[in-house]
Amino acid sequence: MSEHAIEVILNGEPVQAIVEGRRTLVDFIRLDAGKTGTHIGCEHGVCGACTVMLDGEAVRACLMLAVQADGRQVRTLEGVADADGTFSRVQQAMREEHGLQCGFCTPGVVMTLTAMTEANPQVSEEELTDAICGHLCRCTGYQGILRVVKRLTGAAT
Amino acid sequence: MTKPAPFDYLAAHTLDEALEALADGYGDAVVLAGGQTLVPLLALRLSLPSVLVDINPIAELQGVSRIDGATRLGAVTRQAQVLRDPLVARHVPGLAMATRFVGHHQTRNRGTLGGSLALAEPAAEYPATALALGARMQARSRAGERTIEADDYFLGPYSTALQPDEILTAVDFPDWPAGARTVVNEVARRPGDFALVGLVCALSVDAGKIARAGVSWFGMGPTPMRSRRAEAALTGQAVEGLDLAGIAELAVADTEPLDDIHASGRYRATVARRIFPRIARQALGQGPGQEAAA
Repeated sequence: MSEHAIEVILNGEPVQAIVEGRRTLVDFIRLDAGKTGTHIGCEHGVCGACTVMLDGEAVRACLMLAVQADGRQVRTLEGVADADGTFSRVQQAMREEHGLQCGFCTPGVVMTLTAMTEANPQVSEEELTDAICGHLCRCTGYQGILRVVKRLTGAAT
Repeated sequence: MTKPAPFDYLAAHTLDEALEALADGYGDAVVLAGGQTLVPLLALRLSLPSVLVDINPIAELQGVSRIDGATRLGAVTRQAQVLRDPLVARHVPGLAMATRFVGHHQTRNRGTLGGSLALAEPAAEYPATALALGARMQARSRAGERTIEADDYFLGPYSTALQPDEILTAVDFPDWPAGARTVVNEVARRPGDFALVGLVCALSVDAGKIARAGVSWFGMGPTPMRSRRAEAALTGQAVEGLDLAGIAELAVADTEPLDDIHASGRYRATVARRIFPRIARQALGQGPGQEAAA
């Protein structure tokens, strides 16, 4: 069983830890770095709750090993709002369009929407809707999330 | 909570390093590519390797290039890149079309072409696409390099011609004639689910006749299922008056659909008969849908 000294740039701050090879990225984020905004749902890549940004792209944090994120930029829900707590565009839209109910799937949804709108400010409603397919909301609050998508793509009613 | 059992993790930075680690852990070392299937298998403890050999850091396994009348994709090329790569769009548009059905946006950012082909899930899109288009797998071991034709590669569910000490390094998609079209479509319960039934149909038309055909199913048997009878029935035929319902029967006859919790084999065959003519018409440029002119 191997152990590895890693340093992950988490929301702009370096976080160092010694992790077993089998440590998943989401467990590193929650247990080693103590950032619990990222949720753990199914732990096998289906539900999307653990979605984070890796070097700007939305990925499942349960489907990566922590050691694979050594030296890389990881962004989580804690790194979305401005330093003074002002909501990001995605967060504001989630709030105003009632894009969350219980909030369990929300961190993952926010990270996917943040990654896609930051990578391409002109991202289409179709592209965002397709990407949201990668998230399960067991409140079944999808209509609110789809209104967020419309708002973010300028298609708001 | 599901957590992987302990293993040794090794990040390989060169192919030689990875091959050495595989040979040392013979039979008990596992290659980690995108991890979108392997990591769940580890978490569920269905896979219990002693050593995990991570090939993600190996630069030569990534990217798309042109080589001798073929488009070569490194095995660790991300699915997200396959979807947006200009060489793929130009020379192998069917592969990009298949990618739209592979997993989700978030898993395509990590998942790789080679990982899917090394896993050989019978209901997955890439294996059937490789089979229909006549792809060639490039495999390397410490003993050397070899090429495996797609026809010789898929042996059974999750079983390929790759040996335990071999790594899939690249996949070559030989060019089809100019104007050939590939259409990939499937029936699944939800987007991103594995297909109940899926079809890859590639057709090249010359002077009103079908010059070349590639027909492969997924979700219709223990491996991706190529229908040589349907290909033979299509080849040489005039596009006008083509009996696609009749050829659909031949295509379905070359499958071995199984019963599972998602659907019965009989249902799969029924769906397959329905979707074949529609997808074939699209590949002839007649139907609605994606125009994947190559």
